[in-house]
Amino acid sequence: MTIMTFGRAINTGLRKAMENDPKVVIIGEDIGALGGVFRITDELQKDFGAHRVIDAPLAESAILGTAVGMAYRGYRPVCEIQFDGFIYPAFDQIVSQVAKLHYRTRGRVRMPLTIRVPFGGGIGAAEHHSESPEAYFTHTSGLRVVAVSNPQDACTMIQQAIACDDPVLYFEPKRRYHTKGEVDEDALEDALPMDSARVEVPGTDVTLVAYGALVQTAREAAQAAEDDGISVEVIDLRSLSPLDFPTVEASVRKTGRLVVTHEAARTGGLGAEIAASLTERCFYYLEHAPVRVTGMDIPYPPAKMERHHQPDLDRILDGVDRVLGRPNSLTGLED
Amino acid sequence: MGAEHLPASEFDIEELEQSLVTSDPAAAPPLVQLMAPDGSVREDAKYGQYAAHLDGDALRAMYRDMALVRRFDQEATALQRQGQLLLWPPLLGQEAAQIGSGSALKPQDYVFPTYREHGVALTRGLELSKVLRLFRGVSNGGWDPRESNFHLYTLVLAAQSLHAVGYAMGVQRDGDDAVTVAYFGDGASSEGDVHESMVFAASNQSPVVFFCQNNHWAISVPTEVQSRIPLSNRASGYGFPGIRVDGNDVVAVHAVTRWALERARSGKGPVLIEAFTYRMSAHTTADDPTKYREAVEEEKWRERDPLLRLERYLRSTNTAGQDFFDQVTVEADKLAASTRADVLAMEAPDFEDHFANVYGDPHPLVQEELEWHRQYQAGFAEDNAGRAEGEAR
Ligand SMILES: Cc1ncc(C[n+]2csc(CCOP(=O)(O)OP(=O)(O)O)c2C)c(N)n1
Ligand SMILES: [Mg+2]
Repeated sequence: MTIMTFGRAINTGLRKAMENDPKVVIIGEDIGALGGVFRITDELQKDFGAHRVIDAPLAESAILGTAVGMAYRGYRPVCEIQFDGFIYPAFDQIVSQVAKLHYRTRGRVRMPLTIRVPFGGGIGAAEHHSESPEAYFTHTSGLRVVAVSNPQDACTMIQQAIACDDPVLYFEPKRRYHTKGEVDEDALEDALPMDSARVEVPGTDVTLVAYGALVQTAREAAQAAEDDGISVEVIDLRSLSPLDFPTVEASVRKTGRLVVTHEAARTGGLGAEIAASLTERCFYYLEHAPVRVTGMDIPYPPAKMERHHQPDLDRILDGVDRVLGRPNSLTGLED
Repeated sequence: MGAEHLPASEFDIEELEQSLVTSDPAAAPPLVQLMAPDGSVREDAKYGQYAAHLDGDALRAMYRDMALVRRFDQEATALQRQGQLLLWPPLLGQEAAQIGSGSALKPQDYVFPTYREHGVALTRGLELSKVLRLFRGVSNGGWDPRESNFHLYTLVLAAQSLHAVGYAMGVQRDGDDAVTVAYFGDGASSEGDVHESMVFAASNQSPVVFFCQNNHWAISVPTEVQSRIPLSNRASGYGFPGIRVDGNDVVAVHAVTRWALERARSGKGPVLIEAFTYRMSAHTTADDPTKYREAVEEEKWRERDPLLRLERYLRSTNTAGQDFFDQVTVEADKLAASTRADVLAMEAPDFEDHFANVYGDPHPLVQEELEWHRQYQAGFAEDNAGRAEGEAR
């Protein structure tokens, strides 16, 4: 076990994946000498060479498109997108090519790409640097999508994502890059599968589902609720596609109440998918309609206002109150 | 209305052939320069005439603008260091490229900048502190682009190059005589949007000037990674002229831009200008250039400083004396002080404002969420009032 930052944990996972498989190559903007704008690929070019850690010309569509070609040729490309808001030039390649080639070749060609995306707000950044685009990708068949919440998972799951023969979008909560945690670098063997959710905090009254940066906030909310005598079970989703329904279902059957939180906008977000699916799957166990605590349906606001947009401890607790049938702050009604 | 208003697609065949018949596409094109780093004047048969109108007043004005924006830039950097701005992309070293090109524009021309064109903003008459709203984190825009014909900064690299072409296509259809200028960097030149904008501009023979500031770096990546040939040489592949100009020579930049604008205005289509310059500072205040480049490189470019060059000329020709430079310094310090005061006075608008313009017409969902936000905030106020009451009791 070593104590390391979230960012260092991803770096460690990348390094291990490169050591274990000579076909792993990393491609992205500023990832060489600089080590990426967040230093996630620090020293990797120095140690593995410029042919394996590629400072790409500045074009996201090309980074993804050439990664497809490399994958055809037997490589395992790891693409770094510099910021969430700059993935869109590559959207076509990801959605129309990366996601579909295995299907279109009837399984003859695998697309073992990993697409690393720093996502989410809370770092006081300028426009386009705080977005949560995950739902665009979970909506697309053929892509696996994960979001990591702690250094251990960050280290393990980047290796699982790279080893996976399907394309994986790997979302990194950039505002947690500097959080430290214990990391067992050799945890891969007995690690939880990449597509499993994890019960972070056991509880009996309310199920609270979160992923990425908000897992930590959800834990804090559970703690605060406990002081109020409410037992909240926190689930770290980890995999956004596929969703680990058995884990969430088991929890909701027990608690009868579901709150989902994410930074992304509410409409068409993952919360909608989870709420609908859980309602379908355990309708008769529900004591209350599922509640979503999310970003609003507005463009991500300027940094000075982002705290009003993002779910925080209070907003999550408000969601917990609502799912418990306390006054609903949206309608003002008791329900 | 219609096609008869479109400028005739009249090629300057000679010029085009000249640029197409480059035996070696990697060969460095001549660097247009009208003023050497030591301040001495250079002759140029083609572009010299486009600077002939620059008298003492005009040259002093250019110096003044370069000095003002440099001082503004310095103040913004300081404000960021003091925690008053989120981030700042300095223009240090690129003053001539920006003031030289911006000063060649006519009022009806329309500029599509990236995020570093503070100097161009000044030439468009934009109150500079408005630019800082974006970087203070209180706005995602900051000014009305239609007031100054200076579009909002675009942080998504290269996207604005297409907007410039589209605007120019509108100008063609209106039979107007405006030209658009698309600014972008050497790094952004690799994005598909720049390629597509050049294809569209050439296909439509649109009045657009592509102004690429090759400052040698895209964050940590040197220009060689983006292009094996001088960027200006790319233009011939699209079928329009490309010129490489000394981007630290404000007179040459002005002349070349003026030529390109006149050419575009007369219906002869787009031009690519590559301003050969250098990013003297970090990419942004969040960047650390010691990670990827040598200080000697910066030293080398310091000798080519755009302000120093014009100052040498102005002094050696007695076009400006110490009084002038002192006066500029005073004015620059004043600008810095007012910029600082403006920034410190910039408060975040009420979060409610942010719901106002998501759509042009009322939208039920946004309205509902705004209502929710109000009630939620009011809940806090009640809570606090309750608590205060409890404490008072
Ligand atoms: C589409 C997109 N990808 C990546 C980025 C992140 N980014 C911001 S500036 C920059 C480098 C740009 O270099 P260049 O075009 O040369 O302009 P300069 O900063 O040198 O003025 C990068 C990679 C971005 N803003 N937009
Ligand atoms: Mg550059």
